Amino acid sequence: MKYVDEFRDPVLAKSLVHEIALMADRLAARLSRPLQVMEVCGGHTHTIFRYGLKDLLPASIEFVHGPGCPVCVLPMGRIDDVVAIAEHPQVIMTSFGDAMRVPGSKRSLLRAKANGADVRTVYSPLDALSLAVANPDREVVFFAIGFETTMPSTAITVLQAEKLQVRNFSLFCNHITIIPTVKAILDSPDLQLDGFLGPGHVSTVIGNRPYDFIAQRYQRPIVVAGFEPLDILQSLWMVLLQLEQRRCEVQNQYRRIVPEAGNAVALDAITRVFELREFFEWRGLGSIDHSGVRLRAPYARFDAERRYSIPNLKIADPKSCQCGEVLKGIIKPQQCKVFGTLCKPETPLGALMVSSEGACAAYYQYSSIALHRTRPALVGAATATAVATEA
Amino acid sequence: MRELIERFVLPVFDNELLHPLEDQACIGLASLATHGDRLAFTTDSYVVSPLFFPGGDIGKLAVCGTINDLAMAGARPLYLSCALIIEEGLASEDLLRVLTSMAGQGQACGVQVVTGDTKVVNRGAADRLFINTAGLGVVPGGVSISASRARVGDRVLVNGTLGDHGIAILIARNELALQSSIESDCQPLHGLVQAMLGACRDLHCLRDATRGGLATVLNEFAQSSRVGIRLNESALPLQPEVRGACEILGLDPLYIANEGKLVAVVPRAGADAVLAAMRSHPAGRDAAIVGEVVEQPAGSVLLDTLLGGVRVVDMLVGEQLPRIC
Repeated sequence: MKYVDEFRDPVLAKSLVHEIALMADRLAARLSRPLQVMEVCGGHTHTIFRYGLKDLLPASIEFVHGPGCPVCVLPMGRIDDVVAIAEHPQVIMTSFGDAMRVPGSKRSLLRAKANGADVRTVYSPLDALSLAVANPDREVVFFAIGFETTMPSTAITVLQAEKLQVRNFSLFCNHITIIPTVKAILDSPDLQLDGFLGPGHVSTVIGNRPYDFIAQRYQRPIVVAGFEPLDILQSLWMVLLQLEQRRCEVQNQYRRIVPEAGNAVALDAITRVFELREFFEWRGLGSIDHSGVRLRAPYARFDAERRYSIPNLKIADPKSCQCGEVLKGIIKPQQCKVFGTLCKPETPLGALMVSSEGACAAYYQYSSIALHRTRPALVGAATATAVATEA
Repeated sequence: MRELIERFVLPVFDNELLHPLEDQACIGLASLATHGDRLAFTTDSYVVSPLFFPGGDIGKLAVCGTINDLAMAGARPLYLSCALIIEEGLASEDLLRVLTSMAGQGQACGVQVVTGDTKVVNRGAADRLFINTAGLGVVPGGVSISASRARVGDRVLVNGTLGDHGIAILIARNELALQSSIESDCQPLHGLVQAMLGACRDLHCLRDATRGGLATVLNEFAQSSRVGIRLNESALPLQPEVRGACEILGLDPLYIANEGKLVAVVPRAGADAVLAAMRSHPAGRDAAIVGEVVEQPAGSVLLDTLLGGVRVVDMLVGEQLPRIC
């Protein structure tokens, strides 16, 4: 398959790994500790685990898993809000799959669905809009999540809804922006990162220039990376080469998809429809300034927050939850006190165990051999899966 | 109800055992004993939506699925029951089409529907049509196939490409704007199993890789037999279109349902002969050896990735969901 198989070539992978190992060993010796490279994006975490890339790399280099998973950072309070909206009898709540499983303080959207709320999976916000057009007597709400990657399609859906004069469609906006997050990580005293793999799909929208401050102000190399295994290996190689040559630059490894200046049409739609919130709550990371967006005033009628009354409470994470530390890369998933015991895919305490791109879920699913024990086969209708929410 | 049976069921299924329309079918024990020494007995319910999809329909699915459950014990499938739960308002052409498909499939396999039931429920109480079947077959003497019989050194085989059915259904549901020629692989496997037994009487494990896919079956074997199983990613047969659909959606073909694929665990000495027998059979042209049974980690399934890394292939929790971004 074109654009897939070439980027999974085992022979190329082997030679890249060899080069990476040589450089990593030299650099680690220079620093007297292993190198730490953060992959910001949950999709990269997923690839690393799915292809067993960690096994191929030497001990002189470590991946630190970043917070770039929009499902993982949804705070409990926002889940309670979306569940409250979904439980209105008139409402058809539409959502991407994984987000339905995130536990709120009482239940998840999936549990609400099992209790009778009309919650449906969609693959695109435009599907939600079609649902609204097809069901004029119902209120359709779209649970909008994601970084800049998914903002354009939400924005375009709002513009389309306006054009078609749809009256029964709104969205609960939880879109977040990547740059403030990365900055919060760089400012964190607990971390010692040597370089970054930048989020490939976010960059298709925003381009590469927004990352300049990482190289210039924080003096760390960042390589915007694709999602196939060779993309990740090549990007890692590029980061190490920069470190070896003592350069700090923004480089684009994902050139086949990412334009330097981003996507003007997408950016235009985003700017028309959204504005920055003063601050936004992130699970595990607390409040980050200018990190979330909301609909601009002209589109207020499409804003579910303004249409429905919601609890709007800040709910603290469960006491045993160490999601924040994992999200910031301070600890690895298996170092969390409740990993694999109280917190497992069947009974997730935090969103990192729910999302297929969450570091904990990836680690648990793909590499926790030591945790394997007989579990009942839970393959079946999604509503049959119980989700624990208590701490 | 009598009218339903006379208008739809009898014209399609009629046979000696069904015709008297008694409350039960009586089958001579002596005739059963000519085929083997144990009765194989299975039941299943079919609720697939849509009722008709590329490569099959709910009727074909019901007959093949039940036959396959019997075949996985090495049994010769003989008789089926068929209970229909019909939602009020189902078009009679659709019902007739499903029943005709069932009868045709049964005839092609030498299997008869000998007893059944029909119920009509109010609109909304069923999703158009639910079908329950039970199947009877006989296991020949000396054949002992079980999930607990996998042994270190055994080879893991599949009879063809993975994920076809699940993807065909996903596309037929029209929820994705994907166009494709992928068809369900729905087919009976009893003939293939007979060919495999001919090449190696001592097959250890057999299971059809329906809901949950290859990964789920292998986890079941690993746990039942307390062994490890190591899969080779580059050996997995996949149609390019199925791969493509999985790549776009972020789905793992290892977990996607099949309706005409079995997973076999075969002693190492017999593996090549079984593979050859499978490839000579129409239901096994793309058969492949995809892995082997190892001692550790007991109860787990590992995958040797394309790149030489290793990852665990775990039991799935809930449904697989497409990627978000």
